[in-house]
Amino acid sequence: MTTLTLAKALNEGLRRSMEDDAKVLLMGEDVGKLGGVFRVTDGLQKDFGEDRVIDTPLAESGIIGTAIGLALRGYRPICEIQFDGFVFPAADQIITQLAKMPLRSLGTLKLPVVVRIPCGGGIGAVEHHSESPEVYFTHTAGLRVVACSNPADAYTMIQDAVRCDDPIIFFEPKRRYWDKAEVDLAAPGLALDRARVVRPGRDVTLVAYGPMVKTCLEAAAAAEEDGRDIEVIDLRSLNPLDAEVLTESVTRTGRCVVAHEAPVFTGFGAEIAARVTERCFYHLEAPVLRVGGFSTPYPPSRLEEHYLPDLDRVLDAVDRSFAY
Amino acid sequence: MTAHAPRGADAPPELVQLLTPEGERVEHPDYDIELTTEEVRSLYRDLVLVRRVDLEAVALQRQGELGLWASLLGQEAAQVGSGRALSGADMAFPTYREHGVAWCRDVDPVNLLALFRGVNHGGWNPAEHNFHLYTIVIGSQTLHAVGYAMGIQRDGGESAAIVYFGDGATSQGDVNESFIWASVFNAPVVFFCQNNQWAISEPLEKQSKIPLYKRASGFGFPGIRVDGNDVFACLAVTRAALRNARQGQGPTLIEAFTYRMGAHTTSDDPTRYRLANELEAWKLKDPIERVKAYLFKNELADQEFFEKVDAEADALGKDVRDRCLALPDPPPGAIFDHVYAGAHALLDEEREQYLTYLAGFER
Ligand SMILES: Cc1ncc(C[n+]2csc(CCOP(=O)(O)OP(=O)(O)O)c2C)c(N)n1
Repeated sequence: MTTLTLAKALNEGLRRSMEDDAKVLLMGEDVGKLGGVFRVTDGLQKDFGEDRVIDTPLAESGIIGTAIGLALRGYRPICEIQFDGFVFPAADQIITQLAKMPLRSLGTLKLPVVVRIPCGGGIGAVEHHSESPEVYFTHTAGLRVVACSNPADAYTMIQDAVRCDDPIIFFEPKRRYWDKAEVDLAAPGLALDRARVVRPGRDVTLVAYGPMVKTCLEAAAAAEEDGRDIEVIDLRSLNPLDAEVLTESVTRTGRCVVAHEAPVFTGFGAEIAARVTERCFYHLEAPVLRVGGFSTPYPPSRLEEHYLPDLDRVLDAVDRSFAY
Repeated sequence: MTAHAPRGADAPPELVQLLTPEGERVEHPDYDIELTTEEVRSLYRDLVLVRRVDLEAVALQRQGELGLWASLLGQEAAQVGSGRALSGADMAFPTYREHGVAWCRDVDPVNLLALFRGVNHGGWNPAEHNFHLYTIVIGSQTLHAVGYAMGIQRDGGESAAIVYFGDGATSQGDVNESFIWASVFNAPVVFFCQNNQWAISEPLEKQSKIPLYKRASGFGFPGIRVDGNDVFACLAVTRAALRNARQGQGPTLIEAFTYRMGAHTTSDDPTRYRLANELEAWKLKDPIERVKAYLFKNELADQEFFEKVDAEADALGKDVRDRCLALPDPPPGAIFDHVYAGAHALLDEEREQYLTYLAGFER
């Protein structure tokens, strides 16, 4: 066991992936000497060289487009998008090309490209540095979309993502980059497409992913003092969605609350609510409730504490669930 | 793959310069300008005041009063020179570092600080100052400037648009598309690229194999490189380009060859990627010192003048600091304001729900 921050765990995972497979490449803005603005790629260029850790021109469409070409040639590129809000110049390449080319080739082409995106708010940043763009990608067939939430998982998830033959959007919760935890560097980890019950409980199922997992665990700990036993699920994979874990849990608890940072309106919580309702309708004691951002752009940082669902807002939703 | 040599030790060729780093006035066959003593003094004053605002902002960030600051240290001449070339009717489209241009457009510096403090996303009225909002996404604003210029073209009248961007931005698709549009529509726009040598940690060599001003010729319009630390040259070249644009001669790309003396932003650590000797070489080209030397040598200003400007800078620094510290946090309901021009039922419902929820804590 080693104690690592989430950023360092990703760094170790990337290092393992590059050691294991000479075809794995890293590419992005400032990933080399600087080690990325969050230092996730720190030291990798020094050890693997400029041909494998590629500082790219400042052009996101270029990063994804050339990664597609490299993948067609047998490489496994891992692309870093510097911040969530800057993935949109690359959206065309991701949505019209990366996601659809394998199908267009009737399965003869594989595009094992990982697009790493630091996501979410809570770090006091300026505009476009705190967004949660997951549903643009979960809505795009052909992409796998995953979100890590803690160091141990991040370490194995990034390696599994690199090994996967499908294109993957890999979200990293930037306000959790500096969180530390024990990581077993030899442990295999849970399969990439599975959700995890991170805290078992009887009374209500709290569903989260990425940065909100920690908030939900804190909410569950606080609720314990009031005698409520909350189960917390870390989805890990948004597409595909592990509906089995959800069904099993909500069938038991009868209540479900979903929390994410992105706006609630047509957010990922809507998908969870619909799935859970279809699968657990006769077990539900209350409608599935959603907690998340408002139907507004991410606000200036002096207001972000109001925008981001905190422990109180999560518990408020839990209370509302019990009020039915 | 070779490591890059430290850049900027020698002035590159093909550089329009009217004032040497030593403060000597030099002539240029195409871009000479006549400046009155008053004008030179006023440019000097702008440079000093703009630098002071910037330094104050960096200090405020260090003290936790701003979330972030993108310093313009070293780029004052490029910004003040080009900014002072604008007429009142010209429209400027900045990135996030154009504090000196904002100054020239009479935008209160506290508005700039408010944005980096996280109070708002841009608190000035662009139409009032003919200075657009700061744009964080690299390169996006270049297309807006071209569109605006196409509007000017349709409306008639003597004005132009100018758009600011960095060397890194020249790699973006949007910037290249903006070159194409400007060229084929002959739009009255000036592309003002501040080549400060770095895009965060990426040196210019990661963006371009040719000098940036040469890009323009491939798109069919003129490009010119100017000493970006020479406020006279920046003023002269930008004036000429704007005049050409206003007179229907289409776009110009100006590459202001300068240097980012500080970190990319206050979150950046340049010691990880750049060499100290590069910084030292550029210190000798300081944009303020050379104007000062020129004024002094030619006895156009005395010690009293410089002291007066310094005192003014001190007062401005203090005023900006005091007003920054006094900026209140916006009320929670502000999250919901201005998202739409018209009524929006879902937003009204969310606002109502959230404010009721908050009120619950006060009881
Ligand atoms: C589309 C996009 N990608 C990435 C970023 C992150 N980023 C902010 S500034 C910057 C470097 C910009 O360099 P340059 O264009 O040379 O301007 P400078 O900051 O040096 O003035 C980067 C990569 C961004 N803001 N927008």
